[in-house]
Amino acid sequence: MFKKKRTLIALVEDKPGVLNRVVSLFRRRGYNIQSLAVGGSERTGLSRMSFVVVGDSAVVEQVRKQLDKLIDVVKVSDITDMDAVFRELALIKVKAPASVRSEIMQIVDIFRANIVDVSLNSLTVEVTGDDSKIGSLIGLLHRFGIKEIARTGKIAITRGGVKD
Amino acid sequence: MNKTGAQILCDSLVKEGVEVIFGILGGALLPLYDILPQYPQIRHILTRHEQGAVHAAEGYARATGRVGVCIATSGPGATNLVTGIADAYMDSVPLVAITGQVATPFIGKDAFQETDITGITLPITKYNYLVTDVTRLAEIVKEAFHIAQTGRPGPVLIDIPKDVLQAVTNFVYPEKVNLPSYKITSRGHMAQIRRAVKLIDKAERPLIIAGRGILISRAWDELKLLAEKAQIPVVSTLLGLSSFPGRHILNFGMLGMHGMAYANLAVQNADLVIAIGMRFDDRATANTDDFAPLARIIHIDIDPAEISKNVPADVPIVGDVKAVLNVLNKEVGSNDHLEWVSQLGQWKYEYPLVDLSQGDKLLPQYIVEQICEVTQGDTVVVTGVGQHQMWAAQHFTYTRLNSFISAGGLGPMGFGLPAAMGARIGLPEETVWCIDGDGSFQMNIQELGTIAQERIAIKIAIMNNGFLGMVRQWQEMFYHGRYVHTKLWNPDFVKIAEAYDIPGIRVKHKEEVVSAINRAMDCPGPFLLDFAVEPEENVYPMVSPGENLAKFIDTPRPEVLSK
Ligand SMILES: Cc1ncc(C[n+]2csc(CCOP(=O)(O)OP(=O)(O)O)c2C)c(N)n1
Ligand SMILES: [Mg+2]
Repeated sequence: MFKKKRTLIALVEDKPGVLNRVVSLFRRRGYNIQSLAVGGSERTGLSRMSFVVVGDSAVVEQVRKQLDKLIDVVKVSDITDMDAVFRELALIKVKAPASVRSEIMQIVDIFRANIVDVSLNSLTVEVTGDDSKIGSLIGLLHRFGIKEIARTGKIAITRGGVKD
Repeated sequence: MNKTGAQILCDSLVKEGVEVIFGILGGALLPLYDILPQYPQIRHILTRHEQGAVHAAEGYARATGRVGVCIATSGPGATNLVTGIADAYMDSVPLVAITGQVATPFIGKDAFQETDITGITLPITKYNYLVTDVTRLAEIVKEAFHIAQTGRPGPVLIDIPKDVLQAVTNFVYPEKVNLPSYKITSRGHMAQIRRAVKLIDKAERPLIIAGRGILISRAWDELKLLAEKAQIPVVSTLLGLSSFPGRHILNFGMLGMHGMAYANLAVQNADLVIAIGMRFDDRATANTDDFAPLARIIHIDIDPAEISKNVPADVPIVGDVKAVLNVLNKEVGSNDHLEWVSQLGQWKYEYPLVDLSQGDKLLPQYIVEQICEVTQGDTVVVTGVGQHQMWAAQHFTYTRLNSFISAGGLGPMGFGLPAAMGARIGLPEETVWCIDGDGSFQMNIQELGTIAQERIAIKIAIMNNGFLGMVRQWQEMFYHGRYVHTKLWNPDFVKIAEAYDIPGIRVKHKEEVVSAINRAMDCPGPFLLDFAVEPEENVYPMVSPGENLAKFIDTPRPEVLSK
């Protein structure tokens, strides 16, 4: 069957061990998580988790139901096909001797990224955006020599109207 | 009122109506056991192994429908519970397992007898708790019992550090649980129920597959009503046995790998399958790609995650089986399916189980039938795991509701003896027969000590074939008869029973079977029958792995007999 990337978001109780329960579920049932981001939500005591999972629609539906079955999970939605904003933040440390610095800075400008740290022979670039934006920036920086990358994983929120 | 954690735990158990707990103590539990005598309402059964305790609690829960409770100390006590917890999880058995833990300052330090039991049991419990604050204890016990027995039941573990048992706080047992994220859909979606009704009304070859959900939800009357009103034949899963009257004209036995040929043929020829409270386990469906190829599937289950997990459902109905059937039954039209039912009757006639009236070998199937005969089916049957388990499923006619207790999903050998103890403790007025294998029996044989100490009056029938028979059968059929490590040297089980002050006899001949069973029944206490059965008898029919249900290997039928 057709495998696709899907984005799920889950509202979960902010208790010790909840992340462990969620991750253990993925491991035990052999589901593939491509990215996972966890943080606070608008409600005290609840966190929001964003997952990118890969699988055919039956598998992703199972993931959704199995997550929903966890007692600490309040709500799960598959927002892949919804109108939503997806963002990820990446920090990229790139080799930057004086000779290429201005070239790198031009690229950073085009991507509306920021330089957040400068040293004698490297620059650290911060970029936010969706997968493809971060992917292309990394692609362009590659030839200068990337020393380190740290990515937050994708987070998502649906657009517009307030609906429960 | 101020109480210690240990008192709070006991008071909470009393509030939950717990009448018996099965367990073994240890250092971490001393504060609890020290005050246990102050709670005479709670009977404590000291088992000989924690696996015995957890299976006994399961047997109690399966027989009564109430939550079974077991208890073990930290470290090895807790890890010994794991098999039973996994079993309860697979078979949706309401269970609360309480474990002692090292005192909170020692947690994470690899202290003596510290194990991360909440970590270990994470994937095999419905939920689990490590109690780090005594003020949360009462609330946690309340939640644990609630979670264990509502929705799809399952095991919940509460891990309690020693210092929490000793700490003191004001005890108030909460009236209600506060679990906003725990949701159960118990009433089926009306539109789906209507779609189901339409399919049922126009089906020509409908078939009900009854699972353990019927027993959990106590929906046997509703099942019977549906079957009778629309004249729909019923087959059941292994764990669904005894949810529909054994001698009912619409009962066509068990489906699956060792299901009756006619039950499997019914599935493969049906144009509508109504799967109720079952989860399409691969031992029941055989090859799922080819399962019920002509049928639309209505799947009724309380667990949404079971819908379309293994077999896609055309009409999913998430809800409590009893509540859903109640609504469905009102809407379904009366009907008959004479042709279809008589077709099933024809298959039943063409593919009977092995003929036991002939020959003088001591066949295990014959013993099972005679236990049924002598008890008139008025007994609870508890099994081990293996061939004898399948024979107990095939050859006993379950006329009494919820009278078959067996570990289906996990299949742990050693389940039978302790589970039978638990069942009998839960149903002290009922006869309980443990039909066990010689291999399975030896996996928790130490529980004879518990049976003797507590005078638990169960009847034990060991189908002693001198083999790990089920595995031997696979070696015979799929590994060219190479019997590698399946032959057992066995002790004299009657002498062992005698050493435990339990009477018993060894039975070697067919003609002694009935009198032996009667003797066991006449004995007021526990009794052991060691049947020296035909060593290389096989379980038939059998669907080989990977095949579909219609491709069963039938019971071999000697030509001479059929002429
Ligand atoms: C704890 C455990 N270990 C191994 C198995 C694999 N197994 C399944 S049936 C069986 C043989 C059971 O032998 P016995 O209890 O004598 O029953 P029989 O099949 O001979 O009737 C074995 C080893 C199992 N189910 N459980
Ligand atoms: Mg055996």
